[in-house]
Amino acid sequence: MEEKPATAREMAQVETIIGRILQVGVIFSAIVMLIGLALFLITGYSGYAGDFVPRQMGMILAGTWQLKPYAIMMLGVYCLILTPVLRVVVSIYAFYKEKDHLYVAITTLVLIILLIALVIGVKG
Amino acid sequence: MIHTAIIMLAVGIFAGIAGAILGIGGGMIITPILTLGMGLDIKYAIGASIIAVIATSSGSTIAYLRDNVLNLRVAMFLEIATTIGAIVGALLTGVLDPKYLYLLFGCLLVFSGWNMYRKLRRGQEVLQRVEPDKIAAKLKLNGTYFDKAEMKDVDYQVENVPAGFSVMFGAGVASGLLGIGSGAFKVMALDTFMKMPLKPSSSTSNLMMGVTAAASATVYFFNGAILPGIAVPMALGILVGAVIGSRIMQVLPARWIRIAFIPIILYIGFEMLFKGLGVHF
Repeated sequence: MEEKPATAREMAQVETIIGRILQVGVIFSAIVMLIGLALFLITGYSGYAGDFVPRQMGMILAGTWQLKPYAIMMLGVYCLILTPVLRVVVSIYAFYKEKDHLYVAITTLVLIILLIALVIGVKG
Repeated sequence: MIHTAIIMLAVGIFAGIAGAILGIGGGMIITPILTLGMGLDIKYAIGASIIAVIATSSGSTIAYLRDNVLNLRVAMFLEIATTIGAIVGALLTGVLDPKYLYLLFGCLLVFSGWNMYRKLRRGQEVLQRVEPDKIAAKLKLNGTYFDKAEMKDVDYQVENVPAGFSVMFGAGVASGLLGIGSGAFKVMALDTFMKMPLKPSSSTSNLMMGVTAAASATVYFFNGAILPGIAVPMALGILVGAVIGSRIMQVLPARWIRIAFIPIILYIGFEMLFKGLGVHF
Protein backbone atom coordinates (compact mmCIF):
# COMPACT_ATOMS: atom_id res chain seq x y z
CA MET A 1 0.00 0.00 0.00
CA GLU A 2 1.26 3.47 -0.90
CA GLU A 3 1.61 6.12 1.82
CA LYS A 4 0.07 9.22 0.23
CA PRO A 5 -3.74 9.57 0.08
CA ALA A 6 -5.48 8.76 -3.19
CA THR A 7 -5.81 11.65 -5.66
CA ALA A 8 -9.13 13.10 -6.77
CA ARG A 9 -8.92 11.14 -10.02
CA GLU A 10 -8.31 7.87 -8.21
CA MET A 11 -11.25 8.63 -5.94
CA ALA A 12 -13.49 9.25 -8.93
CA GLN A 13 -12.40 5.84 -10.23
CA VAL A 14 -13.19 4.19 -6.88
CA GLU A 15 -16.62 5.84 -6.90
CA THR A 16 -17.31 4.61 -10.42
CA ILE A 17 -16.37 1.05 -9.42
CA ILE A 18 -18.66 1.27 -6.36
CA GLY A 19 -21.47 2.59 -8.56
CA ARG A 20 -21.00 -0.41 -10.87
CA ILE A 21 -21.01 -2.93 -7.98
CA LEU A 22 -24.26 -1.46 -6.66
CA GLN A 23 -25.83 -1.35 -10.11
CA VAL A 24 -24.99 -5.02 -10.61
CA GLY A 25 -26.48 -5.82 -7.18
CA VAL A 26 -29.73 -3.95 -7.82
CA ILE A 27 -30.11 -5.20 -11.42
CA PHE A 28 -29.39 -8.77 -10.26
CA SER A 29 -32.16 -8.66 -7.64
CA ALA A 30 -34.52 -7.02 -10.17
CA ILE A 31 -33.86 -9.81 -12.71
CA VAL A 32 -34.45 -12.52 -10.08
CA MET A 33 -37.74 -10.85 -9.03
CA LEU A 34 -38.76 -10.43 -12.69
CA ILE A 35 -38.12 -14.12 -13.51
CA GLY A 36 -40.13 -15.19 -10.46
CA LEU A 37 -43.00 -12.83 -11.30
CA ALA A 38 -43.07 -13.93 -14.96
CA LEU A 39 -43.16 -17.62 -13.95
CA PHE A 40 -45.92 -16.87 -11.43
CA LEU A 41 -48.07 -14.99 -13.97
CA ILE A 42 -47.50 -17.52 -16.80
CA THR A 43 -48.11 -20.69 -14.76
CA GLY A 44 -50.69 -19.07 -12.45
CA TYR A 45 -49.26 -21.17 -9.61
CA SER A 46 -47.08 -20.04 -6.67
CA GLY A 47 -45.36 -23.43 -6.32
CA TYR A 48 -46.84 -23.94 -2.85
CA ALA A 49 -50.21 -25.04 -1.50
CA GLY A 50 -52.71 -22.29 -0.66
CA ASP A 51 -51.31 -18.91 0.41
CA PHE A 52 -48.09 -20.38 1.79
CA VAL A 53 -45.02 -18.16 1.47
CA PRO A 54 -41.56 -19.70 2.03
CA ARG A 55 -39.46 -17.63 4.44
CA GLN A 56 -36.64 -19.80 5.73
CA MET A 57 -33.47 -19.42 3.67
CA GLY A 58 -33.13 -23.20 3.17
CA MET A 59 -36.67 -23.51 1.88
CA ILE A 60 -36.27 -20.51 -0.42
CA LEU A 61 -33.06 -21.86 -1.95
CA ALA A 62 -34.53 -25.38 -2.37
CA GLY A 63 -37.66 -23.90 -3.97
CA THR A 64 -35.59 -21.73 -6.30
CA TRP A 65 -33.71 -24.86 -7.44
CA GLN A 66 -37.11 -26.46 -8.23
CA LEU A 67 -38.17 -23.25 -10.08
CA LYS A 68 -41.03 -22.51 -7.69
CA PRO A 69 -42.22 -18.92 -8.48
CA TYR A 70 -42.75 -17.74 -4.88
CA ALA A 71 -39.32 -19.02 -3.83
CA ILE A 72 -37.61 -17.14 -6.69
CA MET A 73 -39.59 -13.97 -5.90
CA MET A 74 -38.62 -14.14 -2.20
CA LEU A 75 -34.98 -14.70 -3.15
CA GLY A 76 -35.12 -11.55 -5.28
CA VAL A 77 -36.67 -9.57 -2.39
CA TYR A 78 -33.94 -10.81 -0.03
CA CYS A 79 -31.20 -9.75 -2.49
CA LEU A 80 -32.86 -6.31 -2.67
CA ILE A 81 -32.84 -6.04 1.15
CA LEU A 82 -29.11 -6.74 1.12
CA THR A 83 -28.23 -3.97 -1.38
CA PRO A 84 -28.06 -1.17 1.25
CA VAL A 85 -25.80 -3.41 3.36
CA LEU A 86 -23.59 -3.85 0.30
CA ARG A 87 -23.54 -0.05 0.03
CA VAL A 88 -22.10 0.24 3.54
CA VAL A 89 -19.48 -2.46 2.88
CA VAL A 90 -18.16 -0.81 -0.30
CA SER A 91 -18.14 2.60 1.42
CA ILE A 92 -15.67 1.23 3.99
CA TYR A 93 -13.40 0.37 1.07
CA ALA A 94 -13.84 3.84 -0.47
CA PHE A 95 -12.87 5.62 2.78
CA TYR A 96 -9.92 3.23 3.16
CA LYS A 97 -8.69 4.18 -0.32
CA GLU A 98 -9.10 7.83 0.65
CA LYS A 99 -6.97 7.15 3.79
CA ASP A 100 -9.79 8.56 5.90
CA HIS A 101 -9.36 6.44 9.03
CA LEU A 102 -12.02 8.30 11.01
CA TYR A 103 -14.65 7.36 8.43
CA VAL A 104 -13.37 3.80 8.03
CA ALA A 105 -14.10 3.48 11.78
CA ILE A 106 -17.50 5.24 11.59
CA THR A 107 -18.69 3.17 8.62
CA THR A 108 -17.44 -0.08 10.19
CA LEU A 109 -19.44 0.81 13.30
CA VAL A 110 -22.58 1.23 11.14
CA LEU A 111 -21.94 -2.20 9.59
CA ILE A 112 -21.56 -3.79 13.05
CA ILE A 113 -24.85 -2.21 14.21
CA LEU A 114 -26.54 -3.53 11.03
CA LEU A 115 -25.19 -7.04 11.66
CA ILE A 116 -26.53 -6.93 15.24
CA ALA A 117 -29.92 -5.92 13.80
CA LEU A 118 -29.76 -8.85 11.34
CA VAL A 119 -29.01 -11.28 14.18
CA ILE A 120 -31.94 -9.88 16.21
CA GLY A 121 -34.12 -10.27 13.08
CA VAL A 122 -33.22 -13.93 12.52
CA LYS A 123 -33.51 -14.82 16.21
CA GLY A 124 -36.86 -12.99 16.40
CA MET B 1 -53.60 -11.94 -10.40
CA ILE B 2 -52.26 -10.14 -13.46
CA HIS B 3 -54.64 -7.35 -12.49
CA THR B 4 -53.02 -7.00 -9.04
CA ALA B 5 -49.53 -7.14 -10.56
CA ILE B 6 -50.30 -4.31 -13.01
CA ILE B 7 -51.83 -2.10 -10.29
CA MET B 8 -48.83 -2.70 -8.00
CA LEU B 9 -46.43 -1.95 -10.83
CA ALA B 10 -48.19 1.38 -11.51
CA VAL B 11 -48.34 2.30 -7.80
CA GLY B 12 -44.63 1.47 -7.63
CA ILE B 13 -43.64 3.68 -10.56
CA PHE B 14 -45.57 6.61 -9.08
CA ALA B 15 -44.14 6.11 -5.56
CA GLY B 16 -40.63 5.66 -6.96
CA ILE B 17 -40.67 8.93 -8.91
CA ALA B 18 -42.13 10.90 -5.97
CA GLY B 19 -39.79 9.26 -3.47
CA ALA B 20 -36.61 9.88 -5.44
CA ILE B 21 -37.43 13.56 -6.03
CA LEU B 22 -38.40 14.31 -2.42
CA GLY B 23 -36.06 11.95 -0.57
CA ILE B 24 -38.96 10.12 1.10
CA GLY B 25 -39.50 6.38 1.04
CA GLY B 26 -43.15 6.34 0.11
CA GLY B 27 -44.17 4.19 3.09
CA MET B 28 -46.68 6.83 4.08
CA ILE B 29 -48.11 6.78 0.54
CA ILE B 30 -48.07 3.00 0.06
CA THR B 31 -49.53 1.93 3.41
CA PRO B 32 -52.76 3.97 2.91
CA ILE B 33 -53.14 2.80 -0.73
CA LEU B 34 -52.79 -0.86 0.28
CA THR B 35 -54.92 -0.74 3.42
CA LEU B 36 -57.63 1.78 2.51
CA GLY B 37 -57.60 1.29 -1.26
CA MET B 38 -57.08 -2.46 -1.58
CA GLY B 39 -58.29 -3.73 1.79
CA LEU B 40 -54.99 -5.42 2.66
CA ASP B 41 -54.14 -6.32 6.28
CA ILE B 42 -51.92 -3.58 7.84
CA LYS B 43 -49.24 -6.17 8.65
CA TYR B 44 -48.73 -7.00 4.95
CA ALA B 45 -49.01 -3.33 3.96
CA ILE B 46 -46.13 -2.49 6.31
CA GLY B 47 -44.11 -5.40 4.91
CA ALA B 48 -44.65 -4.13 1.36
CA SER B 49 -43.87 -0.56 2.41
CA ILE B 50 -40.50 -1.44 3.95
CA ILE B 51 -39.51 -3.20 0.70
CA ALA B 52 -40.70 -0.09 -1.17
CA VAL B 53 -38.40 2.07 0.97
CA ILE B 54 -35.38 -0.08 0.11
CA ALA B 55 -36.28 -0.16 -3.60
CA THR B 56 -36.59 3.65 -3.72
CA SER B 57 -33.30 4.06 -1.90
CA SER B 58 -31.33 1.52 -3.95
CA GLY B 59 -32.85 2.66 -7.24
CA SER B 60 -31.91 6.28 -6.70
CA THR B 61 -28.54 6.07 -4.90
CA ILE B 62 -27.11 4.52 -8.04
CA ALA B 63 -27.93 7.67 -9.97
CA TYR B 64 -26.90 10.04 -7.17
CA LEU B 65 -23.48 8.49 -6.57
CA ARG B 66 -22.35 9.15 -10.10
CA ASP B 67 -23.69 12.69 -10.07
CA ASN B 68 -21.99 13.70 -6.81
CA VAL B 69 -25.03 15.15 -5.07
CA LEU B 70 -24.80 12.72 -2.15
CA ASN B 71 -22.84 13.57 1.03
CA LEU B 72 -21.50 10.15 2.03
CA ARG B 73 -19.81 11.37 5.25
CA VAL B 74 -22.98 12.98 6.58
CA ALA B 75 -24.91 9.82 5.66
CA MET B 76 -22.54 7.40 7.39
CA PHE B 77 -22.05 9.53 10.51
CA LEU B 78 -25.80 9.96 11.04
CA GLU B 79 -26.52 6.31 10.24
CA ILE B 80 -24.94 5.47 13.60
CA ALA B 81 -27.97 7.26 15.10
CA THR B 82 -30.63 5.88 12.72
CA THR B 83 -29.55 2.23 12.91
CA ILE B 84 -29.29 2.24 16.73
CA GLY B 85 -32.67 4.00 16.76
CA ALA B 86 -34.13 1.32 14.47
CA ILE B 87 -33.00 -1.46 16.81
CA VAL B 88 -34.41 0.40 19.84
CA GLY B 89 -37.65 0.97 17.91
CA ALA B 90 -37.92 -2.70 16.90
CA LEU B 91 -37.36 -3.75 20.52
CA LEU B 92 -39.87 -1.18 21.79
CA THR B 93 -42.67 -2.51 19.56
CA GLY B 94 -45.45 -3.68 21.82
CA VAL B 95 -44.09 -1.89 24.87
CA LEU B 96 -44.61 1.75 23.91
CA ASP B 97 -47.93 3.23 22.84
CA PRO B 98 -47.24 4.48 19.28
CA LYS B 99 -49.76 7.26 20.00
CA TYR B 100 -47.06 9.41 21.62
CA LEU B 101 -44.70 8.82 18.73
CA TYR B 102 -47.37 9.94 16.25
CA LEU B 103 -48.01 13.09 18.28
CA LEU B 104 -44.33 13.97 18.65
CA PHE B 105 -43.52 13.43 15.01
CA GLY B 106 -46.69 15.16 13.85
CA CYS B 107 -45.60 18.30 15.72
CA LEU B 108 -42.07 18.07 14.35
CA LEU B 109 -43.29 17.70 10.76
CA VAL B 110 -45.69 20.62 10.97
CA PHE B 111 -42.87 22.73 12.45
CA SER B 112 -40.59 21.63 9.62
CA GLY B 113 -43.19 22.45 6.96
CA TRP B 114 -43.59 25.93 8.43
CA ASN B 115 -39.83 26.36 8.45
CA MET B 116 -39.52 25.32 4.81
CA TYR B 117 -42.21 27.83 3.92
CA ARG B 118 -40.24 30.60 5.66
CA LYS B 119 -37.11 29.60 3.79
CA LEU B 120 -39.04 29.71 0.54
CA ARG B 121 -40.18 33.25 1.29
CA ARG B 122 -36.65 34.32 2.14
CA GLY B 123 -35.27 32.60 -0.94
CA GLN B 124 -31.93 31.71 0.67
CA GLU B 125 -30.79 28.23 -0.26
CA VAL B 126 -27.16 27.73 0.77
CA LEU B 127 -25.62 28.46 4.17
CA GLN B 128 -22.31 30.38 4.07
CA ARG B 129 -20.93 31.37 7.44
CA VAL B 130 -17.71 33.22 8.14
CA GLU B 131 -17.00 30.99 11.12
CA PRO B 132 -17.57 27.32 10.23
CA ASP B 133 -19.27 25.03 12.76
CA LYS B 134 -16.59 23.30 14.88
CA ILE B 135 -18.12 19.81 15.01
CA ALA B 136 -19.01 19.87 11.31
CA ALA B 137 -15.44 20.87 10.44
CA LYS B 138 -13.95 18.18 12.69
CA LEU B 139 -16.13 15.47 11.13
CA LYS B 140 -15.52 16.85 7.61
CA LEU B 141 -19.25 17.15 6.98
CA ASN B 142 -19.20 20.29 4.83
CA GLY B 143 -19.45 19.52 1.14
CA THR B 144 -19.85 20.52 -2.47
CA TYR B 145 -22.35 19.35 -5.02
CA PHE B 146 -22.87 20.02 -8.71
CA ASP B 147 -26.26 21.57 -9.34
CA LYS B 148 -27.47 20.64 -12.82
CA ALA B 149 -30.32 23.19 -12.76
CA GLU B 150 -27.86 26.02 -12.06
CA MET B 151 -24.95 24.35 -13.91
CA LYS B 152 -22.34 25.07 -11.24
CA ASP B 153 -20.60 23.61 -8.18
CA VAL B 154 -22.25 24.70 -4.93
CA ASP B 155 -20.20 24.72 -1.69
CA TYR B 156 -22.20 24.42 1.52
CA GLN B 157 -21.69 24.17 5.27
CA VAL B 158 -23.69 22.32 7.88
CA GLU B 159 -24.32 23.19 11.54
CA ASN B 160 -26.25 21.95 14.62
CA VAL B 161 -24.75 18.46 14.31
CA PRO B 162 -25.96 17.29 17.78
CA ALA B 163 -29.55 18.38 17.04
CA GLY B 164 -29.48 16.64 13.66
CA PHE B 165 -28.04 13.51 15.28
CA SER B 166 -30.85 13.46 17.88
CA VAL B 167 -33.63 13.86 15.31
CA MET B 168 -32.00 11.06 13.27
CA PHE B 169 -32.12 8.79 16.32
CA GLY B 170 -35.84 9.56 16.61
CA ALA B 171 -36.31 8.88 12.89
CA GLY B 172 -34.63 5.51 13.40
CA VAL B 173 -36.93 4.66 16.32
CA ALA B 174 -39.98 5.56 14.19
CA SER B 175 -38.63 3.44 11.35
CA GLY B 176 -38.18 0.38 13.54
CA LEU B 177 -41.45 0.89 15.39
CA LEU B 178 -43.74 1.70 12.46
CA GLY B 179 -41.93 -0.02 9.58
CA ILE B 180 -41.50 3.17 7.58
CA GLY B 181 -38.48 4.83 5.98
CA SER B 182 -39.16 8.07 7.86
CA GLY B 183 -37.57 9.96 4.98
CA ALA B 184 -39.56 13.09 5.77
CA PHE B 185 -37.90 13.22 9.22
CA LYS B 186 -34.50 12.62 7.73
CA VAL B 187 -34.89 15.45 5.23
CA MET B 188 -36.11 17.60 8.12
CA ALA B 189 -33.05 16.82 10.27
CA LEU B 190 -30.69 17.61 7.40
CA ASP B 191 -32.54 20.58 5.95
CA THR B 192 -34.17 22.32 8.93
CA PHE B 193 -31.69 21.52 11.70
CA MET B 194 -28.36 21.08 9.93
CA LYS B 195 -29.05 23.66 7.20
CA MET B 196 -27.94 21.43 4.35
CA PRO B 197 -29.22 22.50 0.89
CA LEU B 198 -32.29 20.60 -0.29
CA LYS B 199 -30.77 18.50 -3.08
CA PRO B 200 -27.96 16.92 -1.07
CA SER B 201 -30.48 16.58 1.80
CA SER B 202 -32.90 14.58 -0.37
CA SER B 203 -30.29 12.27 -1.84
CA THR B 204 -28.45 11.76 1.48
CA SER B 205 -31.79 11.00 3.17
CA ASN B 206 -32.54 8.51 0.41
CA LEU B 207 -29.34 6.55 1.01
CA MET B 208 -29.81 6.57 4.78
CA MET B 209 -33.40 5.34 4.45
CA GLY B 210 -32.26 2.21 2.63
CA VAL B 211 -29.64 1.37 5.24
CA THR B 212 -32.07 1.98 8.13
CA ALA B 213 -34.86 0.00 6.44
CA ALA B 214 -32.53 -2.94 5.70
CA ALA B 215 -32.29 -3.53 9.45
CA SER B 216 -36.06 -3.68 10.05
CA ALA B 217 -36.77 -5.42 6.70
CA THR B 218 -35.04 -8.63 7.77
CA VAL B 219 -37.31 -8.78 10.81
CA TYR B 220 -40.38 -8.41 8.58
CA PHE B 221 -38.94 -10.85 6.03
CA PHE B 222 -38.51 -13.66 8.54
CA ASN B 223 -41.79 -13.11 10.39
CA GLY B 224 -43.81 -13.52 7.20
CA ALA B 225 -45.08 -9.96 6.59
CA ILE B 226 -43.92 -9.94 2.98
CA LEU B 227 -46.36 -11.16 0.30
CA PRO B 228 -44.35 -11.76 -2.89
CA GLY B 229 -47.40 -11.33 -5.15
CA ILE B 230 -47.69 -7.72 -3.93
CA ALA B 231 -44.17 -6.71 -2.91
CA VAL B 232 -42.40 -7.96 -6.06
CA PRO B 233 -44.36 -6.12 -8.79
CA MET B 234 -44.36 -3.01 -6.60
CA ALA B 235 -40.60 -3.15 -6.00
CA LEU B 236 -39.98 -3.55 -9.74
CA GLY B 237 -42.17 -0.52 -10.47
CA ILE B 238 -40.36 1.51 -7.81
CA LEU B 239 -36.90 0.67 -9.16
CA VAL B 240 -37.96 2.02 -12.57
CA GLY B 241 -39.70 5.05 -11.02
CA ALA B 242 -36.73 5.89 -8.75
CA VAL B 243 -34.28 5.95 -11.65
CA ILE B 244 -36.62 8.27 -13.61
CA GLY B 245 -37.29 10.42 -10.52
CA SER B 246 -33.64 10.97 -9.66
CA ARG B 247 -32.96 12.12 -13.24
CA ILE B 248 -35.84 14.62 -13.00
CA MET B 249 -34.73 15.83 -9.56
CA GLN B 250 -31.26 16.82 -10.77
CA VAL B 251 -32.53 19.28 -13.37
CA LEU B 252 -35.43 20.59 -11.27
CA PRO B 253 -34.79 23.93 -9.45
CA ALA B 254 -34.60 23.44 -5.64
CA ARG B 255 -37.42 25.96 -5.22
CA TRP B 256 -39.90 23.75 -7.08
CA ILE B 257 -38.92 20.72 -5.02
CA ARG B 258 -39.57 22.73 -1.87
CA ILE B 259 -42.96 23.87 -3.18
CA ALA B 260 -43.89 20.22 -3.82
CA PHE B 261 -42.51 19.11 -0.46
CA ILE B 262 -44.29 21.58 1.85
CA PRO B 263 -47.90 20.37 1.29
CA ILE B 264 -46.77 16.73 1.56
CA ILE B 265 -44.87 17.27 4.82
CA LEU B 266 -47.80 19.25 6.28
CA TYR B 267 -50.26 16.57 5.16
CA ILE B 268 -48.23 13.77 6.76
CA GLY B 269 -47.71 15.90 9.88
CA PHE B 270 -51.43 16.56 10.38
CA GLU B 271 -52.28 12.95 9.51
CA MET B 272 -49.92 11.78 12.29
CA LEU B 273 -51.28 14.32 14.77
CA PHE B 274 -54.84 13.14 14.08
CA LYS B 275 -53.78 9.52 14.38
CA GLY B 276 -52.08 10.29 17.71
CA LEU B 277 -55.19 12.07 18.97
CA GLY B 278 -57.40 9.21 17.79
CA VAL B 279 -59.37 11.35 15.34
CA HIS B 280 -60.66 9.51 12.26
CA PHE B 281 -62.27 10.79 9.10
